[in-house]
Amino acid sequence: MSEAVMLNWVLFLPVLGIGLLVVAPRSRHDMLRGISFAVMALQFLLTLWLYLQFDADTAGLQFETRLPWIADWGVYYHVGLDGLNLLLVLLTAFLGPLVVAGAFSAIQKDVKLFYAMVFFIQFAMLGTFIAQDLFLFYVFWETMLIPMFLIIGIWGGERRIYATLKFVLYTAFGSILMLAAVIYLVYSLKTQTGISSFAFADLYGTRLPLDAQVLLFGAFALSFAIKVPVVPLHTWLPDAHVEAPTAGSVILAGVLLKMGTYGFIKLGFPLFPDATAVYTPAVMVLAVVSIIYGACLALVQDDIKKIIAYSSISHLGYVMLGLASLDLLGIQGAIIQMVSHGLTAGGLFLMVGMIYERCHSRDLAAYGGLAKLLPVYSVFFMILTLAAVGLPTTSGFTGEFLVLMGAFNAAWPLYEAGITWPLVLACTAVLGVVLGALYMLRLAQQFLFGESRAPHQPLVDLNLREKLILAAIVAAVFALGLFPDSFMHKTELAAREYQQLVAAQPAEAWVMNQPASGKSP
Amino acid sequence: MAHLLTLIVILPLLGFLLNGLLGNRLGKAFVSAVGCGLPLLAFAAAVTAFQSLQAGGAPLLDIAFRWALVGDYAFEITFYFDRLSAVMTLIVTGVGSLIHVYSTGYMKDDASYARYFAYLNLFLFFMLLLVLGRSLLVLFVGWEGVGLASYLLIGFWFEDPEKARAGKKAFITNRIGDAGFLLGMFVIYSTLGTLEMDRINAAFMGPELPAVSASLIGILLFIGATGKSAQIPLHVWLPDAMAGPTPVSALIHAATMVTAGVYLVARLSGVYLHAPEASEVIAVIGVLTAFFAATIAVVQTDIKKVLAYSTISQLGFMFLALGVGAYGVAVFHLYTHAFFKACLFLGAGSVIHAMGGEQDVRKMGGLARKIPWTFGTFAVATAAIAGLPPLAGFFSKDEILWFAYASEAGGSPWLWALASFTALLTAFYMFRLLWLTFFGQPRMDQHTAQHVHESPPSMTGVLVVLAILSAVGGFLSIPHFLEGQLPLPAVDEHLHHLETPLIVTSVVIALAGLAGAAFFFGGDASRAARVRERFPGLHRLLSGKYYVDELYQAVIGRPLVWISDRIFLRLGDRAIIDGTLHGLTGLARFTAGLLGRVQTGSLHLYAWLVLAGIFACLAWSWGHV
Repeated sequence: MSEAVMLNWVLFLPVLGIGLLVVAPRSRHDMLRGISFAVMALQFLLTLWLYLQFDADTAGLQFETRLPWIADWGVYYHVGLDGLNLLLVLLTAFLGPLVVAGAFSAIQKDVKLFYAMVFFIQFAMLGTFIAQDLFLFYVFWETMLIPMFLIIGIWGGERRIYATLKFVLYTAFGSILMLAAVIYLVYSLKTQTGISSFAFADLYGTRLPLDAQVLLFGAFALSFAIKVPVVPLHTWLPDAHVEAPTAGSVILAGVLLKMGTYGFIKLGFPLFPDATAVYTPAVMVLAVVSIIYGACLALVQDDIKKIIAYSSISHLGYVMLGLASLDLLGIQGAIIQMVSHGLTAGGLFLMVGMIYERCHSRDLAAYGGLAKLLPVYSVFFMILTLAAVGLPTTSGFTGEFLVLMGAFNAAWPLYEAGITWPLVLACTAVLGVVLGALYMLRLAQQFLFGESRAPHQPLVDLNLREKLILAAIVAAVFALGLFPDSFMHKTELAAREYQQLVAAQPAEAWVMNQPASGKSP
Repeated sequence: MAHLLTLIVILPLLGFLLNGLLGNRLGKAFVSAVGCGLPLLAFAAAVTAFQSLQAGGAPLLDIAFRWALVGDYAFEITFYFDRLSAVMTLIVTGVGSLIHVYSTGYMKDDASYARYFAYLNLFLFFMLLLVLGRSLLVLFVGWEGVGLASYLLIGFWFEDPEKARAGKKAFITNRIGDAGFLLGMFVIYSTLGTLEMDRINAAFMGPELPAVSASLIGILLFIGATGKSAQIPLHVWLPDAMAGPTPVSALIHAATMVTAGVYLVARLSGVYLHAPEASEVIAVIGVLTAFFAATIAVVQTDIKKVLAYSTISQLGFMFLALGVGAYGVAVFHLYTHAFFKACLFLGAGSVIHAMGGEQDVRKMGGLARKIPWTFGTFAVATAAIAGLPPLAGFFSKDEILWFAYASEAGGSPWLWALASFTALLTAFYMFRLLWLTFFGQPRMDQHTAQHVHESPPSMTGVLVVLAILSAVGGFLSIPHFLEGQLPLPAVDEHLHHLETPLIVTSVVIALAGLAGAAFFFGGDASRAARVRERFPGLHRLLSGKYYVDELYQAVIGRPLVWISDRIFLRLGDRAIIDGTLHGLTGLARFTAGLLGRVQTGSLHLYAWLVLAGIFACLAWSWGHV
């Protein structure tokens, strides 16, 4: 029981952090930064403890808390950890202190408000991951928008207003549809079974008629796909990244984008298994399109942040492919790929921030030969680049390899049965491996090698704070690359459960149960 | 020693970490000791492992750890040591250690001495993973890892953008091959449910063949091999890779890494034995690569580029052997090639060292007396690659030619004829190189001529060892040693009487190459110049390397950028997607503007509108209620 309390502590620590910031004096920047870092670090340690305590051989939720919130509607404050959110919670808590520490020197304006917003979004993100009640989930999901809107809008670059509006309008548009779908879903549950509940576990059981599922899945999927983002709903991402301050980009790439893929694995696919079966080809096509399209666009960008932004689209395409493959390898790979992308893209954005603080330019052409000027910086940049390329021994390899293998493994029996398109998609996705090397090495090549030049000289190499931040990320990258076994052990049961929920054929064909639905396929 | 094999692999990794993290602080003596010491220890460990293999007979197995467990399949990091990996491990650690020692002399004055040795040790680590891995996954980790080390070392002098670009080209070309490799691995996993190579072979050697086409797997993996081993059509990176320091070219781009593709095919001989179509493709690609690379080598003027094309060509010979089922013979040539090509590259390094960085043979000449040790060893290795008996290259090349002719698994007179003609070219361009470099009148400027000096003993000593190995290495019959594991293909009974004439022919061919080179390039090389003037078009085609780079740039490189920029970015992202969004917001703003005009504040207007609304409601209810 006391262990369950710990999860709530983790969730509400950021709120406590906001409280502390409120009472702290506005002008004492060091103190504000110290408080923020200490709270974040504490949160990470608690999460790490939870992670270690998490029993890999128990299925279902652990550290569960369930308290009535709006009892009449069946709304509960219901949180818990399972294999699907465990690694993402760990990732969020891991990046928290790094984001805070990374912003020590970058943010000089409204420091207090800034860290309060970082806490705010940390709270909302963790809440979204651990919520086990659809109402609670939706509240947290929407809450995330506010701090991000402000972080980009206040501390962003020149075109921050355009970027932040685009981001909010895109996401809000998806959310409205999701809200309608949530209401319809809960209402149907009530008419079917007579209970009103928002609990995921209850909702998984509702087997709606196919046409309703298709509509509802469409609404959920649109909302999640915008967040991922899946091509062609991605154009908010490059703008948001470019204009966001470093911390914003890191949160965005590191955690926020995983909300979309997490939404699919936790809600979108398992809530509507029949619709998923219908949509799988489309999802897989869009996933592969995202992989290739994102990579091609990353190839022709001149802004360093945009390169990484478009590479995110490509990397999250792998996640979608793995999830849609419904092969255990692919699902496990997708989970690892989510974490891996959080680490590599988050780390790269931090590094771009570090160089931006020194030179005030993100224009790739302005740089060259940094390996000579900033040797330590370059070593870290190279490692993260290679991790993004998916070189073996790094986390990127574990994720990409398993996803591609899973997609192929799922496609092969179909190919032997005469259905070729999944195999074609899987093979096309493998091309992403080549394109990934192309755009990332183009970046590294121009940035690190060749004649030494930088817009601002002399340059000072990384200080201790920056080295420690990056060392932590690199250590995590190698841990996931070399020894993924223990991580994957903790997610395996949940991945299987997901697989069963989605792949399960209806016990009796739903058409017979629902003769009133009118439309049979 | 339960974890002897793990130890072999870990030792160079330790060297990488020590030199990479501490090297700059602890000085050159420390770097050299660690950089050379740990590979030598790895070699000693490999010898120990070899002895216990010989004593026990059964392959050694060493399970390091479990990488991942998904469902019922465990991806294990296991090392596997049979005769084939024993040969490879001994070559990699042995020749590798020699080249490390040589590097202490060659790189003595380089500012990034520690970084150099760190990368070199990193390379050895990945290469040992590659040859010792039991599963294709471990092999692939090593495969990509050696690519990384190669990338870092080609671009070692990264301040020169040309060199950094060469590294990138190598990496990306290899990645294309790796995509094929990955697909091959996926097919194997999906159909056989395992990635352990001994099990894959066993599945194909068993009484019942698996349902999957062996040729499909064979071709996909061979695509990977064409990348790593620089075969047509992915050969383009290797000549550019000469931008790296010369010992790197010797170790990575001649003796070890580029032979990984040959090792892969030999390792999976069980699959290829049942893949006649794939084997045919391999033989044809091999012989074509050997031939085309040799023709290019004839006109190259950069000493390292000649050797680079020669390496591509020799790798082609190895693939020819693989394609006709003579796996042991391919490994034999791999083994002799490791000695003489390492000796040639290191000799070239010694020449470049003596010439103060000059690599153009047109500015050399007459070096034989000034750098006698380099010359002597270079000459031995040249004779070895040209196939003069009884040097190492003679034995291995002769066996390749024989099986190319007589193997029942795809041998044919055509393969033999083209390969023999390539052997002639080989002898010709190698002796041409020898002549231009060491004989004739010195063509360098006065200043360089005065500074020509023999290399330090750390370099010449290694050259002598390699020259001796190039001379006598052929007496150790690798095909015989490996026969239990890699049986030689059956030979047509009626052709046995041809064996001796063919050997004589190949000796004559080698001598003809020597004579031809002496004829054209002896004296002031004026005869060669006259030939060049006679056939300017051919000369341009060969010096332009058949314009393959330009072709790829035009067909793949530029269209990719064009599509990404014009279609995807400008049309897709900006015009269509963002255009639609901006259009929608514009529409919303416009409508809001229109409706906003109604808010005039005039009560009269509002009253009229209310009235109109009421009437509209009434009209609607009339029809519906």
